Amino acid sequence: MARIVIRNLRKDFGDFTAVKSSSFTIEDGEFFMLLGPSGCGKTTTLRMIAGLELPSAGEIWIDNEEVGRKPASERDIAFVFQMFALYPHMNVRRNISYPLKSQGMPRTEIATRVAEVARILGIEDILDKPVGGLSGGDRQRVALGRAIVREPKAFLMDEPLGALDAEFRERMAAELRALHDRMGATTIYVTHDQLEAMQMGDKIVVMNQGRIEQFGMPQEIYDWPATMFVADFIGSPAMNFLRFNGRVDKGASTVSVGESNLKIPLQLQGASGSLALGVRPEHISLCDTGEYRGRVIATEYLGTTQIVILDTAHGTVKARVTSNRSVRPGETVGLAFDPETLTLFDENTGRALLSEANRRVLGHG
Amino acid sequence: MSIFSITEPSGRQKWIAGILVAAYAVITLIPLLWIIATGFKSPSDAIAYPPKVMFDPSLEGYVNLFTTQTRITPDMEATLGEPDTWYERLVREKGMVIAGPSRYGERFLNSVIIGFGSTFLSVFLGTLAAYAFSRFKVPLKDDLMFFILSTRMMPPIAVAIPIFLMYRTLGLSDTHLGMILLYTAVNLSLAVWLLKGFIDEIPREYEEAALIDGYTRFQAFIKVVLPQAATGIASTAIFCLIFAWNEYAFAVLLTSGEAQTAPPFIPTIIGVGGQDWPAVAAGATLFLLPVVIFTILLRKHLLRGITFGAVRK
Ligand SMILES: Nc1ncnc2c1ncn2[C@@H]1O[C@H](COP(=O)(O)OP(=O)(O)O)[C@@H](O)[C@H]1O
Ligand SMILES: [Mg+2]
Repeated sequence: MARIVIRNLRKDFGDFTAVKSSSFTIEDGEFFMLLGPSGCGKTTTLRMIAGLELPSAGEIWIDNEEVGRKPASERDIAFVFQMFALYPHMNVRRNISYPLKSQGMPRTEIATRVAEVARILGIEDILDKPVGGLSGGDRQRVALGRAIVREPKAFLMDEPLGALDAEFRERMAAELRALHDRMGATTIYVTHDQLEAMQMGDKIVVMNQGRIEQFGMPQEIYDWPATMFVADFIGSPAMNFLRFNGRVDKGASTVSVGESNLKIPLQLQGASGSLALGVRPEHISLCDTGEYRGRVIATEYLGTTQIVILDTAHGTVKARVTSNRSVRPGETVGLAFDPETLTLFDENTGRALLSEANRRVLGHG
Repeated sequence: MSIFSITEPSGRQKWIAGILVAAYAVITLIPLLWIIATGFKSPSDAIAYPPKVMFDPSLEGYVNLFTTQTRITPDMEATLGEPDTWYERLVREKGMVIAGPSRYGERFLNSVIIGFGSTFLSVFLGTLAAYAFSRFKVPLKDDLMFFILSTRMMPPIAVAIPIFLMYRTLGLSDTHLGMILLYTAVNLSLAVWLLKGFIDEIPREYEEAALIDGYTRFQAFIKVVLPQAATGIASTAIFCLIFAWNEYAFAVLLTSGEAQTAPPFIPTIIGVGGQDWPAVAAGATLFLLPVVIFTILLRKHLLRGITFGAVRK
């Protein structure tokens, strides 16, 4: 297994830069998520790590070797393609044994390894079937089998659950994570689904338009987004932004949003102009006394909680409150924000302002 | 469920369709059946009027096709012993003896060598070129592809005279190599274009999977791309073979002995005393077979889907 270090990696396609100078580190044995919207450069990044695409600049270190120019066949990395790419002219057994044949492994050993992998994945009964007629889940398992049979240094997976039906996806996600935990293999997993990334990942890199927005553990990213993009992309419903014109000074612990004075974590950075106060829906509570007020537009019932959609002086706000609190559309209520969870953003740069609260996560940046 | 019609055709519609197809098949097959039948007729039956549909089958046409014969006098015949073989007897009945084998076998072999040789070369070069055009960054790719197509825009026979002169100077006239090169040059543009279309359809992920699995690009090409391209290669090969096999004009112009193919030879099969239509028909019948057999052998690949649905689009 291996530690993978990406340094200032860039990829240009003609005039278009698909991946802009990216750096991150995947520790040995980590389940690492590459998360971002479609077209942001996730696949391109993964393909560069695999050796299917030549980087325009930057370095890729696998353990203690820079492999940026090394052919894919010599990197000892497995890749699970978005559409699986099982060899259509081979049956399941030959698909899985194919990577071993290239190493010139003896037949008996290949047979043992394939049997072992088939047992782990529960596909013993389909080994002699052609891959053409398999269900999505079985194809997924065969693709995984082809990847794990070789015991490579790392697994790269490009939206491996994207081609599966929704009901099946959850089960496969659990299987994948269990498989990883059992093998302890370094895994880079590409997805555009933030829930998937939060559920499965040890660490997440959030990409947008070829740029790394943030890199960290799921909870750090969720609680302390580095940019408005991350704040908006992660969480459902997303983080609320109260957009206002004003200023906040270094050392301040309150901010004036319109008429209201709101408590915020101690600011380590000041800014003025277009600002946004970010607050997660679950950090808002409804109370009659709250200084900041909004009018209820609608509610969405979600079982134990409900989402209350409110119209405020600084835009629409969604609050997540317990279902037993009755709210009627049209009524005006006060909103209280949990001060220790708030993040201020500078709208011009889109970046979070450093505070005593997010310093631990963003401090080094 | 049919993609062509919304409702299942009724029994009567199927009947009418069946009759139309059968009628069409009969009309197109009659000339072919006529040729095959004539090959088994005696020379007199072959030119009988009204034409004979029922006749006594005879192998005289085939014997005449493969042998040269001379007429002998009855005295000389008396000096010869009884004929040893059925075909000698057949010839002896006409008052002739077999002088030796005819040229048909050689000409047929020439056709096989040149036809299949140029087909192999066209498909081989075409596949490599198509793969490169399909997968790699080739400078001026579009212009090159257009240039390759443009070599077919003029009918090849329009350059017959320059080629004739060139071949004479190069010593390629009337050689197998010359004819193989010529037919390959004519077929190659079609082969590159057809094959590029097929290879473009094969998802790159298959090769990339093979690269990841530890194979070189060339191994991936041989073991993963070629099997996927089998359908395209088979149909391209059939197109190339049909052209090379049937080509007449260049064969007449550039070959006369050594490398002459069957098409210019068949019309020269004329028996002693009158035109020997059964022999000509026999020659034509045998000439049809290789393309038919080749097509039947490759049929499996023609009908097979390219990806078997293993990649979900
Ligand atoms: N071979 C290529 N040539 C040109 N542009 C490409 C190529 N591959 C990807 N791109 C572009 O790079 C961007 C990032 O693509 P990709 O990495 O596939 O995104 P993602 O996987 O995040 O959806 C896209 O805008 C895509 O159009
Ligand atoms: Mg992608």
